[in-house]
Amino acid sequence: MDKFNVGKHISGRFNEELGEVRNQVLTMGGLVEKQLSDALMAIQTNDTELADRVLDNDGKINAMEMKIDAACGQIIAKRQPTASDLRLVLAVIKTISDLERIGDEAERLAHVAKASFSKDQEHLLVSLENLGQQVLLMLRNVLDAFARMDEEAAYSVHQMDANADRQYEALTRQLMTYMMEDSRSIPKIMDVMWSARSLERIGDRCQNISEYIIYFVRGKDVRHISPEMMENTVRGR
Amino acid sequence: MITVNTDSKLDKIDVNALTEEQTALSIRDLDLYYGETQALDGISMDIPKGRVTAFIGPSGCGKSTLLRCINRMNDLVDTCRVDGEILLHGDNIYDRNVDVAALRRKVGMVFQRPNPFPKSIYENVVYGLRLMGVNDRRTLDEVVERSLKGAALWNEVKDRLKESAFSLSGGQQQRLVIARAIAIEPEVLLLDEPTSALDPISTLTIEELITELKSQFTVVIVTHNMQQAARVSDQTAFLYMGKLIEYTDTNALFTTPSMKQTEDYITGRYG
Repeated sequence: MDKFNVGKHISGRFNEELGEVRNQVLTMGGLVEKQLSDALMAIQTNDTELADRVLDNDGKINAMEMKIDAACGQIIAKRQPTASDLRLVLAVIKTISDLERIGDEAERLAHVAKASFSKDQEHLLVSLENLGQQVLLMLRNVLDAFARMDEEAAYSVHQMDANADRQYEALTRQLMTYMMEDSRSIPKIMDVMWSARSLERIGDRCQNISEYIIYFVRGKDVRHISPEMMENTVRGR
Repeated sequence: MITVNTDSKLDKIDVNALTEEQTALSIRDLDLYYGETQALDGISMDIPKGRVTAFIGPSGCGKSTLLRCINRMNDLVDTCRVDGEILLHGDNIYDRNVDVAALRRKVGMVFQRPNPFPKSIYENVVYGLRLMGVNDRRTLDEVVERSLKGAALWNEVKDRLKESAFSLSGGQQQRLVIARAIAIEPEVLLLDEPTSALDPISTLTIEELITELKSQFTVVIVTHNMQQAARVSDQTAFLYMGKLIEYTDTNALFTTPSMKQTEDYITGRYG
């Protein structure tokens, strides 16, 4: 909470506005996290009702993105934020856009959860479990890091993505083997493949959010730079 | 890298490591006292040529005092004592044998409130030249046109040059004062809160003008308006309690200041 440092402006209204935006991002993050964990649960337990709920809730996330965007626009217009205030507003605008896309991926997963898989195809869905739990953990951790603006925690999330990518590749190979073994199951396997792809993309978006956190704290853009440079930036070297 | 400032024509420079070529003024270990009170404490900085340098900081931080040192305006204050050097072309302007009037021809100044003389627009612009003994009509006419154009005022006053300067609006008066300052072709133009008495539209006109002026002059501006410093300057110096806290590229200072005091000031936090 401390690194946000939103509460010390001479203008009390500005404190409230920034604090409100931050709280809304955290609320939106919580909602997105719930969507993802519900979608994964719906897949694992074949729960179509839960999947429907995920589909219904996506509108809420979209609405929150627009609301926070509007609030950020008003802050820019009225307060002309500079330095860390400016970086906070920029980080928020970018973070909510990634969160909204994570919400869309959860929606996609919910659609797969509603598709009927026959008994002998259900094992395909089980294979999504590990990757799903991995990216859910990434999302949880990156939201935690955002709540505290903790660049070290953000950096660990960034590192976790390599593992998610490896799992995704392993899963892809496994699914291709199934396709070769039984070509009639290809349509269903493709559904699983797309789900895996969605999960992998969620990992990437968590990685993006971790980059915005590091940008806010350190004032340096760490996108598209070498891992060494990124580590040095996080460590303040 | 994309820079948002209008200075895309300017080369990137490091204000804390200027070459002699790039430097207009060098301030070295400058201390200033008003009686017992120390107003400036060990200021050292180089001001680059052909660029706009802004001094920002809270009231009483010494930014106006520092600006006034550059053309020895503080000499007028009895209790004022200055240690250290300000070098213009390698010569210390505080040397005993410096002709202060000659210095002020090279380093012009514009104040917060427009202060035209109670004369015609024309006579205001040529005032400095007349003092220097220039009376040739054609030369004066040329200077008036060039200076008023330089101050973005020509089109508004070209048909009424004989009218009193007081017939102009506040914003026009301030541009007239700038025209008067640039008529004698100084090297450095000091602007002490030049828009704080003006309305927003006049302010924008002056800001636009400042950006134009730097092609011919080195401009140093003191402003209370941080957004103005961010808009018009190429580099910004933040002063606090008589000390130079941070001096760097304006884009960097307003997005990623390196000192906490700067951050607190520009984001409007309690110090």
